[in-house]
Amino acid sequence: MIVAIPVLVIVASLGQPFSDAWQHLFDTVLSDYISNSLLLMAGVGFGTLLLGVSAAWLTAMCDFPGRKILSWAFLLPMAMPAYIIAYTYTGILDFSGPIQSTLRVMFGWSYGDYYFPQIRSLGGAICMLSLVLYPYVYMLVRIAFLEQSIAVLEASRNLGKKPWETFFLVALPISRPAIVAGVSLVLMETLADYGTVAYFGVSAFTTGIFRTWYGLGELTTAAQLCAFLLLFVFALIMAERWSRQRLRFHHNSANKKLVRMQLKGWHAYIALLIGCLIVGLGFVIPASQLLMWASSRWQENLNSEFLSLLFNSFSLAAITAICCVIVATFLAYTKRVFNSRLELGAVGVASLGYAVPGTVIAVGVLIPVAWLDNKIDFLSRVWFDIPTGLLLSGTIGILVFAYVVRFLSVSLNTVESGLSAIKPSIDESARSLGARPAQVLKRVHLPILRSSLLTATLLVFVDVLKELPTTLILRPFNFNTLAVRTYELASDERLVDAALPALAIVAIGLLPVLLITKSILNERASHE
Amino acid sequence: MNNQLVINEVTVAYGNVAAISNASFSLAEGEIGCLLGPSGCGKTTLLRAIAGFEPLTKGSVSLHGQSISTVKYTQAPEDRAVGMVFQDFALFPHLNVSKNIGFGLSKMPTKQRDDRISEMLALVSLRNSAEKFPHELSGGQQQRVAVARALAPNPQILLLDEPFSNLDAELRTQLAAEVRTLLKENKVTALMVTHDQDEAFAMADKIALLNEGKIVQIDTPYQLYHKPSSLFAADFIGKGSVINVGIDAAGILGNNLGSLSIQTLPKDLGNTVKLLVRPDDVIYEKTSDTRLPIISKAFLGPNYLYELALTDGQCVPCLTQSHIDIPIGETLPVRFDLRHVVIFNGE
Repeated sequence: MIVAIPVLVIVASLGQPFSDAWQHLFDTVLSDYISNSLLLMAGVGFGTLLLGVSAAWLTAMCDFPGRKILSWAFLLPMAMPAYIIAYTYTGILDFSGPIQSTLRVMFGWSYGDYYFPQIRSLGGAICMLSLVLYPYVYMLVRIAFLEQSIAVLEASRNLGKKPWETFFLVALPISRPAIVAGVSLVLMETLADYGTVAYFGVSAFTTGIFRTWYGLGELTTAAQLCAFLLLFVFALIMAERWSRQRLRFHHNSANKKLVRMQLKGWHAYIALLIGCLIVGLGFVIPASQLLMWASSRWQENLNSEFLSLLFNSFSLAAITAICCVIVATFLAYTKRVFNSRLELGAVGVASLGYAVPGTVIAVGVLIPVAWLDNKIDFLSRVWFDIPTGLLLSGTIGILVFAYVVRFLSVSLNTVESGLSAIKPSIDESARSLGARPAQVLKRVHLPILRSSLLTATLLVFVDVLKELPTTLILRPFNFNTLAVRTYELASDERLVDAALPALAIVAIGLLPVLLITKSILNERASHE
Repeated sequence: MNNQLVINEVTVAYGNVAAISNASFSLAEGEIGCLLGPSGCGKTTLLRAIAGFEPLTKGSVSLHGQSISTVKYTQAPEDRAVGMVFQDFALFPHLNVSKNIGFGLSKMPTKQRDDRISEMLALVSLRNSAEKFPHELSGGQQQRVAVARALAPNPQILLLDEPFSNLDAELRTQLAAEVRTLLKENKVTALMVTHDQDEAFAMADKIALLNEGKIVQIDTPYQLYHKPSSLFAADFIGKGSVINVGIDAAGILGNNLGSLSIQTLPKDLGNTVKLLVRPDDVIYEKTSDTRLPIISKAFLGPNYLYELALTDGQCVPCLTQSHIDIPIGETLPVRFDLRHVVIFNGE
């Protein structure tokens, strides 16, 4: 499986001799990388747990004015990539930002007179990532709350437990598999994050990999760092798989009738306030700030450069999305038809991609491609006396390949779940009604699968648009995308100019959120 | 005998719709009661009101002489000594059997709690499954855990919400008898809700029959079957047909059904009555002159249940031994035995 190569290359790099640079890393910054990454994971894990579970509990189990709107608004922060929210809040909260300026004017302070938390820190990164990643926990835990039998909660009350005891002793433990699954997804994203930690100057694994490579020029050492990062990732994958298995046991049959706790008076106001605070901080405030920035300079920034950015990003995302969906459909059908263990294994490896950080995949793609380039160059010099240089490295094709590796699992999951709706008996009944296999595909499968295929395309499209580290490493020289340009402008402290491309990413990122919202509404209809 | 549970003119309404209205019912200590009725009759609502999950619109509920629900006051579910076995058992999936049973005992000292748990495990014969998780148990075992869990804190009353509906049909009556023995041996006052009369008959000392939010009859199982006080009760309980028959002053019935002795009849009968004819009221008799055409028949194993047409076209059931096998369309010789028949006023 070609798609598995990058991961295998990274794992294989451990077999190479550890260079002096490694020793140097080990002596100096490696412990920083590890401790910062662990702290980041712990912080973000806790933060998303708190936000996600509260949001899920409020919208699934309680009723108060505004609940219905909040239950989809809680998903909005998903549209906000972490590096964008990070630089937006930097703009709002740093010394020259509106908040501190206002405080200074109000109290007549000047620099150094007062304490203000530094946003560009580990703590800041934890806050930023928690604010945009909690929807993963929210989505999964909310479904768990909706599906748990209300009778179990009543049984606990009946056995003498107060409502809050019931929440901690029964509701929360029952939802533990969903919580673990949600938090592992969050932690995978946290490990994969490059933009936020780099912008905030936090030395984590991803920034370390960049620095080792660009700073020290040590590709092998960078790959070995990647391998270490992968260890974390695999632990998370295990946790996630394990919890999904447990999930099966936690289904209670019957009695899905949902009785929501009616919140009245100040309880309802507090619930509404908490909800608005989460959505406000995670989406409304940063989005409005971006809108303000973008509108203040749109005449200068909405130029041909921006249009070419749009074109680059869109075409890249579209090509990748189509490739992903084609490969995913092929894999899904192979799995369906052959169902052999080997095939299942290959599909399993291929679907790992999403868990593997973009940085790791980029390095994993770069190493074999560079090797291939050198070989081609060498052979062509020997045979034809023509130096070909780097034929493959730095081409759009390689970038697309890396994207496919990373996002294949997104499309694969979607296509597979669509395909699972077509039971073998449907094929058989179509065949027995006289349709040939090709006709079965056209007349039965395609109409049923169409929406899954569209969804898969859209999901990959948006993910590619948001993806930063892979693009940063593998893009052709002078080739810019919305994400890269946003990041570059923000890094150069041109926050206001970065707003327009950032806003474009957020706006497109809203599409899949709307899609999820729709399916949540359907699912809600079936629960009420 | 003291009344352990008293339900006094209870109404529970959602908006303008009363799920249950003006229900009064009581249970003596150690008595097993049953709320029986078709789905949607309000029986579960009444049970949940006793458990404290539904506030009352009217009336009151008291337990062991203490008022636990009134219109103004609803004691929190966790504060009332009411045990409940839920329809889907509602076992905690994240706790093993012991911990499920011990869930309501957290205020006890550890030693005492462990003793109580083993006592309960022994009571429901689940000693060997103490460490198992709910999903590792069969339906019958899960149900026993649910009963043990509810009984562990020594509730003053045990409520059972359709406790057998999640089990296989052939297990039901057997388990119902088992649970009854268990409750009786431990002198537990219990109230169960079911729509299945076989379960109700197997479990209960006293049955309240409900229809459309009202209690229509409270009686022993025997009385309910043989002396239904209303057409609904007659129709809902047991098999049988209600037929309209003419009757004259001497008690002679139309349709050649024979006669009823006038002494046993209510005074103010008109000239037609409604008769509840049970299958065992129509007896197969080879030599009888009364031969009724067979409309349909069902094989029940030991018996055949025939449906026979009277001269005016109304049907009555007849239960015969299963080797009496006569094809549909032919006639069956029968004798009417109307000693136990139930009579309602016509029209």
